[in-house]
Amino acid sequence: MADTETNLQTHEHDVIVIGAGGAGLRAAIEASAAGASVGLVCKSLLGKAHTVMAEGGMAAAMAHVDDRDSWKVHFADTMRGGQYLNNWRMAELHAKEAPDRVRELEAWGAVFDRTKDGRILQRNFGGHRYPRLAHVGDRTGLEMIRTLQDHGVHQGFKVYMEHTISKIFVDGGRVAGALGYDRERGFLRVFKAKAIVMATGGVGRAYKITSNSWEYTGDGQALAYEAGADLMDMEFVQFHPTGMVWPPSVKGILVTEGVRGEGGVLRNKDGKRFMFDDIPDNYKAQTADSEEEGWKYTQGDKNSRRPPELLTRDHVARKIMKEVREGRGSPHGGVFLDVAWTKARVPGGAEHIKKKLPSMYHQFKQLADIDITEVAMEVGPTTHYIMGGIRVDGDTQMSTVPGLFAAGECAAGLHGANRLGGNSLSDLLVFGKRAGEYAAKFAKERGAVGIDESQIATASRAALAPFERGAAGADAEGPYKIQYELQDLMQDNVGIVRTEAEMKKALDGIQGLKQRAAKVAVGGNREYNPGWHTALDLSSMLICAEVIAMCAIERKESRGGHFRDDHPSKDPAFEKFNLVVRKGMGGRPELRREPIPAMRDDLKQVVEENK
Amino acid sequence: MATATFRIWRGERGKGEFKDYETKVDEGMVVLDAVHQIQAEQANDLAVRWNCKAGKCGSCSAEVNGMPKLMCMTRLSDLPLDKPVMVQPMHTFPPIRDLVTDVSWNYRVKAEIKPFKPRPPDAPDGTWRMQQEDIERVQEFRKCIECFLCQDVCHVLRDHHKHDEFIGPRFMVHVAALEMHPLDTEDRVPALKEKYGAGYCNITKCCTKVCPESITITDNAIIPLKERVVDRYYDPIQKLLRIGRK
Repeated sequence: MADTETNLQTHEHDVIVIGAGGAGLRAAIEASAAGASVGLVCKSLLGKAHTVMAEGGMAAAMAHVDDRDSWKVHFADTMRGGQYLNNWRMAELHAKEAPDRVRELEAWGAVFDRTKDGRILQRNFGGHRYPRLAHVGDRTGLEMIRTLQDHGVHQGFKVYMEHTISKIFVDGGRVAGALGYDRERGFLRVFKAKAIVMATGGVGRAYKITSNSWEYTGDGQALAYEAGADLMDMEFVQFHPTGMVWPPSVKGILVTEGVRGEGGVLRNKDGKRFMFDDIPDNYKAQTADSEEEGWKYTQGDKNSRRPPELLTRDHVARKIMKEVREGRGSPHGGVFLDVAWTKARVPGGAEHIKKKLPSMYHQFKQLADIDITEVAMEVGPTTHYIMGGIRVDGDTQMSTVPGLFAAGECAAGLHGANRLGGNSLSDLLVFGKRAGEYAAKFAKERGAVGIDESQIATASRAALAPFERGAAGADAEGPYKIQYELQDLMQDNVGIVRTEAEMKKALDGIQGLKQRAAKVAVGGNREYNPGWHTALDLSSMLICAEVIAMCAIERKESRGGHFRDDHPSKDPAFEKFNLVVRKGMGGRPELRREPIPAMRDDLKQVVEENK
Repeated sequence: MATATFRIWRGERGKGEFKDYETKVDEGMVVLDAVHQIQAEQANDLAVRWNCKAGKCGSCSAEVNGMPKLMCMTRLSDLPLDKPVMVQPMHTFPPIRDLVTDVSWNYRVKAEIKPFKPRPPDAPDGTWRMQQEDIERVQEFRKCIECFLCQDVCHVLRDHHKHDEFIGPRFMVHVAALEMHPLDTEDRVPALKEKYGAGYCNITKCCTKVCPESITITDNAIIPLKERVVDRYYDPIQKLLRIGRK
């Protein structure tokens, strides 16, 4: 069973893309277009990646709904939302290139909702000054992934569905390939490649309450870390303010910000719109004074300012937590999100809500027996996204390991301390394209690579070790309990509100779990064995969890997604650097403060003009 | 605490048996929750495909008490729990292990369908203009999450195994989305007749009934496509004109 030699097939490509969500698919399309031989490796079936869950839309300053919008405003909004820790070059490229990436999707068959004059419609979202999100109802992610998938399968790249990568090989100082296994048979596979693009998404499964699917175990970050790459900004985890809270089995499932974009409001148990109580100084000038002004904004009135429900996600999530902690929450530990009230204000009433938010209507109706056109939803924060990830060059998306690229959620930089809603889908396209382009270029300019056989043998043994322990050990522990304990540990100690003492407790706990995970055992055989897969995913989750906790302890201030109860204010000293971690000589993570390069003068001016 | 029995198919490549698992039942639980609970506590290697657990990715398709369903959207409170809940893999596709089937045929079929081919852009900046009312039908089709439950229930595939001759309801919807796309210029009508097997569907509407996205598969997608084939090939006046042209 643990025979490493049998069935060890090798696949060779110029470029291997790991992950087939929006970023991975876009990268594969681009690298193929550049003439590279491309293999796209994905953990699930094609078209099922987490991108499919994205609801609200993709942000691009096309100015179809409000002609005052431009890349400059989008850039300034992104930097303000990220509390200026962003890689400003990425924020610039993103704001400039997103419109073309959206139009490209239309040319490939995407069918966005329309304006009256027949162009792509754009909607309001938190932190965006103007209506900016191209969307399809509340299923924009599905539209995006299906468009890329249907276009992609005709571009000549090879798709390895239900394959998981467990190791990146580095040889002679550059990337040489990867080891993985196919889920169906459990065979190990070697992928030889001159360049690799990581597009594996986030690490929400390290938390108990999350909107993320099982795949989100931080594989890309952990594999890159093991290969010697830098991870950056890992303390910044986004807790989306509105996840479902009831019934228990659906806790954490996302409720799109689009609900608030369509006029949905947050109330506590006393019926009070608490978001008006506390508006951060840097958003005061842009926020509505009255409920009526906020409503008008959501309905497209250009002279109105946005309601406080559409402030950035970090702020809204904390305000919800505060209501709950102070006893003003809803019966099941959330607050009320009410879109039913808009019925009286829009033509079409309930039908209008169903039309604008079809999957939300469906989700609540089916999973919670609630008709959102009649009653308010109960919502609370859920782990949603990680701003941090693999540190990359802004233009090329290459990590600090030559030949290893990263795009999308697993890469760091664009979002800084907090991501604006809608900036993720556009991130996938803009930087997926760039990563694919530069990976193909890198591969073309470099000669063939070799992988040392002993590396392959070591990695193969590691992948199969849980079976050997399962066959040998009587006191062996399965993977699920360790995973659940990690999720509890991170949820309770490195969550929305953090303190040094709790995070240290988490770090200690992680060390203990690591030791147990190193001995984890599984039974059964290699064919489609979820216990085995979870055992391997554990090591990725544990690496990410440790780095998140380390960085969160080091950042002794509150900023964006990172809130410290023991350091509740922003500290200007902490605005000058990103926290970067890499695997040190002794195999332990080493943390350093990496100064943020000074912003170009023209961009500084853009920020000033849009303050 | 209340418990229920789940009679789950365990097996490899079609050889296997149903096994009973008793597990606790909480408020609001769906079938996938029960399967996960059993997997974590009693059968670590129980194979099940799932991703989003929110009815958006279409991965956890199976047959629950004989009905094609997404396990993540099937609430236990809607099932009779006084007898075992039967959970088995989709019948139409080759079994891999436990609840997981080999759905790769669907991907091969889709790759054979002629892709989207837009008309030249309407505006000098390379963009198009479309009215919302002109895209609503296509948007209905594009809601499809590719769970393949419609393929599973379709008797042409399920009972008659015409996988080589009929693309099935999922891809009739896909072809309809392309054919009715206001920008598309490709002609798929000959292929509908010859290759995609539009004639095989005899409108029993089982696919429409099981669609978790409530797409009106038969009425809005399949019937209009059948009509296009009929108009092209079986309309007597068109036929005369074709003969005249020859």
